[in-house]
Amino acid sequence: MIKIENLHASIDGQPILKGINLEVKPGEVHAIMGPNGSGKSTLASVLAGREEYEITEGSVTFEGKDLLELGAEDRAREGIFLAFQYPVEIPGVSNINFLKTAINEIRKYKGEEPMPAKDFLKRVKEKSALVELDNSLASRSVNEGFSGGEKKRNEIFQMAMLDPKLSILDETDSGLDIDALRIVANGVNKLKSADNASIVITHYQRLLDYIVPDFVHVLYNGKIIKSGPKELALELEEKGYDWLKKEEALEV
Amino acid sequence: MASEDELLAEVTSSEYKYGFYTNIESDKAPKGLNEDIIRLISAKKNEPEWLLEYRLSALKAWQEMIEPEWAHISYPKPNFQDLHYYSAPKPKKVLDSLDDADPELLEMYKKLGISIDEQKKLAGVAVDIVMDSVSVKTTFQDKLYELGIIFCSFSEAVQKHPDLVRKYLGTVVPKTDNFYAALNAAVFTDGSFCYIPKGVRCPMELSTYFRINEANTGQFERTLVIADEGSYVSYLEGCTAPMRDENQLHAAVVELVALNNAEIKYSTIQNWYPGNKEGKGGIYNFVTKRGLCETNAKISWTQVETGSAVTWKYPGCILKGDNSIGEFYSVAVTANHQQADTGSKMIHVGKNTKSTIISKGISAGVSNNSYRGLVNIGKKATNARNFTQCDSLLMGDKCGAHTFPYIEVGNKTAKVEHEATTSKIGEDQIFYCLQRGMDEQTAIGLIVNGYCKEILNQLPMEFAVEAQKLLEISLEGSVG
Amino acid sequence: MSEIATMNVKDQFLSTFGVQDFHFDTAASKAARDEATKRIEGLDFPTSKTEYWKYTRINRILKAEYTIAESAANIDITPFLIKGMENNILVFVNGFYRSDLSTITDQKGVIACPLSEAKKKHAKLFASYFSKKVPVDEIFANINTAFHQDGAFIHIEKKQKADHPIHIINLIDGDQIITNPRNLIIGEAFSEGKVVTSYHNLNGRKSFTNAVNECFAAENSFLEFNKLQEENGTSFHIATDQVQQEKSGNFTINTFTFNGDIVRNNLNIAVAGENGYTSLNGFYLPKAKQLVDNHTRVDHLVPHCESHELYRGVIDDKATAVFNGKVMVHRDAQKTNAFQANNNVLLSDDATINSKPELEIYADDVKCSHGSTVGQLDEEAIFYLKARGLSEDSAIRLLLNAFAADVLQHIGIETFRQLIEEKIETGLKK
Repeated sequence: MIKIENLHASIDGQPILKGINLEVKPGEVHAIMGPNGSGKSTLASVLAGREEYEITEGSVTFEGKDLLELGAEDRAREGIFLAFQYPVEIPGVSNINFLKTAINEIRKYKGEEPMPAKDFLKRVKEKSALVELDNSLASRSVNEGFSGGEKKRNEIFQMAMLDPKLSILDETDSGLDIDALRIVANGVNKLKSADNASIVITHYQRLLDYIVPDFVHVLYNGKIIKSGPKELALELEEKGYDWLKKEEALEV
Repeated sequence: MASEDELLAEVTSSEYKYGFYTNIESDKAPKGLNEDIIRLISAKKNEPEWLLEYRLSALKAWQEMIEPEWAHISYPKPNFQDLHYYSAPKPKKVLDSLDDADPELLEMYKKLGISIDEQKKLAGVAVDIVMDSVSVKTTFQDKLYELGIIFCSFSEAVQKHPDLVRKYLGTVVPKTDNFYAALNAAVFTDGSFCYIPKGVRCPMELSTYFRINEANTGQFERTLVIADEGSYVSYLEGCTAPMRDENQLHAAVVELVALNNAEIKYSTIQNWYPGNKEGKGGIYNFVTKRGLCETNAKISWTQVETGSAVTWKYPGCILKGDNSIGEFYSVAVTANHQQADTGSKMIHVGKNTKSTIISKGISAGVSNNSYRGLVNIGKKATNARNFTQCDSLLMGDKCGAHTFPYIEVGNKTAKVEHEATTSKIGEDQIFYCLQRGMDEQTAIGLIVNGYCKEILNQLPMEFAVEAQKLLEISLEGSVG
Repeated sequence: MSEIATMNVKDQFLSTFGVQDFHFDTAASKAARDEATKRIEGLDFPTSKTEYWKYTRINRILKAEYTIAESAANIDITPFLIKGMENNILVFVNGFYRSDLSTITDQKGVIACPLSEAKKKHAKLFASYFSKKVPVDEIFANINTAFHQDGAFIHIEKKQKADHPIHIINLIDGDQIITNPRNLIIGEAFSEGKVVTSYHNLNGRKSFTNAVNECFAAENSFLEFNKLQEENGTSFHIATDQVQQEKSGNFTINTFTFNGDIVRNNLNIAVAGENGYTSLNGFYLPKAKQLVDNHTRVDHLVPHCESHELYRGVIDDKATAVFNGKVMVHRDAQKTNAFQANNNVLLSDDATINSKPELEIYADDVKCSHGSTVGQLDEEAIFYLKARGLSEDSAIRLLLNAFAADVLQHIGIETFRQLIEEKIETGLKK
């Protein structure tokens, strides 16, 4: 589905990603872990198409297309969804209106008719239940005045509504209490299918108790320094990142 | 919800949608401004002697005044002797029904999207269409008449209700108030008049569509709304203007009188021709709007300003009576070369008076958008309260957003708060929308409408939809 | 007599300065005087119709008669000293330097002397800084340039720190004295220094101080300039404070006004180098029929700078305060952060405040805000304090001191801050 090859990216001349290689196939869940400042969120931003980052080397192919050639909105329309680490507040714009606009723009891109209001509302009802999102939140302004947990649940709700092929969850677990974490993870799991895939970016192993990954990658200093099965996450939880850092240092 | 989305889809061409010119024969006074012209206007309109005297004294005052220059706007000063001060569509015959109306006129209304045929069916909205200076036809008049509500052209009011006009004309905006108000007092040709009797709640929104049509014709409307004790009225004013190369002057005066316990809600959508992308043409909009509140009365101004090349406008309230309330909600958009210097004046005279000012400015292109507001708390205005918030949103790095509040407080029990912020449209917000699949233009439309929501919510439904549409059309192509 | 009667206000006013002899002035100084004199010819005094002077009528200042007079009196300056700063004082009486009253302790890399001396001894510095940035269209600033008597010259060398703050004391002795004090303060690159200038009136009536303070803060310098205005209730004071701030500079100016019939401060700060930090603060306490007018203007000319402005006032009796703060963000000044606040408390029914915070913004990537409030003290808070046993009077004073504290925290000289605290305390006592 997505193939990242030797990806290098920098911001203001400062290299952050220094050669990432990763392939994700339909149906898979990949976890990317790593200490603070290792480049996890940069990877998410680069894939979603944030313009502050400069791609200095490498390629990203998504469903056979050169992803790096596409603008952020076209990547979204092709089926990439980023659950933001810090969801943005848009005062005065209702969640519903926001989503309806997004859905219809995506449909327009695909040459489809706008979604009939009845179908849309039905979908809102169905998907908001998935993340136990209060109905009133749907009519409130996007993320405005939402608690941290509500914002994250809202991200998953949007994900459910837009039905992406590849979801990138950027630190979706940060700032969540156990209940909220369970709801969010539950939502993600229910959305999982043989046709879509997810990249779960997290600092802690905790989220992976709920969302079970097929692969775990450790990102350190802009590179993936270790990949392995889900057990790797447990090992990291136990031993921390230091042993990997040492290994990396030895190799250099 | 659906309507909001239809809007988004409808956003198409960035050219001024309402730019066309209807060819109607008109009856014009010669160019220039002097006593003779005033006498001519007054005679044409068959006015009583006192009104002629009023005009002449205003002319005299105006001749002594100089055009103000303190506003943050620059424009070539109009040559006041090179304008026609009177023009009226020639009446073909007295209209019995809309079917008898000038087909050209009807065509024009259709282009405006306010076809009278439709309007007639639209229950709840009475339309007084001002075409240049003379009121052509008033609908729903009979229905209003049953309630004792008078809603007619200003000229008609002068003929039929001279006592009311004489009693209130110039009481809120004195003829010597300022340069443009004095000019208007001297030469106004027509406008709307509205009187709501004691205790009556006007059952429908009263609307007036304004339009400038004749080249080189300054337009000087005069509006007077009187809400008698305990009454209520909501008045809508919306305007579009045809495309013109030469600058056109618009100097209207609106006076509102809210007697004890009365309430007036006055909403405006202003979409005069703003000039082209290079800043050529466009309307000069120098308007004086003011309301007077007696005891427990309330006046609420709401405006969405997207048009005009130059706007100079400060709707205000004189809170004379105790416990009276004044409100001002405004969205002002400037794009391309537009200039706006607008805001509100709240004059607190009575005790326990309250005022609120919420102003949202959006500047794009190479435009300049200024908020200028006065809050004055008089010596005797015990326990007066004011809250002002003015936010400016910048789009592009060549525009300007300015805030010039004047806060004058002469009573220690007053509580006045003023807040202002200026910021760029949030890049984070745009990226968030892009990531959800919207294009940049849609994202900006969405964010801007959200930013203005507090103001748009004050408008009656059909106006709010029109206002949203205007905002989007005005800001098209502003980012990038 | 008849001849004088036909003179207009401006000529009449300017004729006062005719008695001064600048014969012995240096060439550079004379050239500056001549240029200013020429500019004055084309300028008029502001009227009530001048937007920039809208709330401050100056007829009373202009119509009074003044004299220029030196005073040789033996003056006790101890009441004006600030603790810990006694050894670095420059004293001027009626605008003229008094070496007998001044004390300057040598500090490495620091020049502190009268301007008259600097014109000769430091001619090069004088020529390159004097009157270079003062607004050319302000009549009062030009009058000062043309007719100044003397003032302080303070220069801190590159990378030097003036460990001891310098105190400039301006005294008025006699009736109807007019002075044009002129201070020039220069902090070179990476230097550090603090200055206080204070204005007092010994006994005279109806004096007029027309001051100009020029401050140059070079790259990465840290300068703090404090002004204390407490001439008596019959005195007029108009000041032009002109600040030029370069790259990575850090400049603070604090203005405290406790007395004076009409006091007008025109503070102009040009932030001309990137990454600068500017802090401008003021506290005013007008009483009786006094008028205090603070006009400030911060020009953000370059990107990545930050300015913070806080002016607060407590207005009593029939006094009037005016605040007009303008923040101007120029076209290229992206990433500017500018914050401005003006808060006022009116203590009497006849007190007036006119506040006009202005933002003029021509760059799009900025964060700017201003706020202005007028109000009374919180009734609830007063009641709470009374319930804890405080008298109404002390409750009010306690709250007003807290109100002032936010401004005072910007003073970097501890003893001066204490002095201001005391003055506020005394000023609030009826």
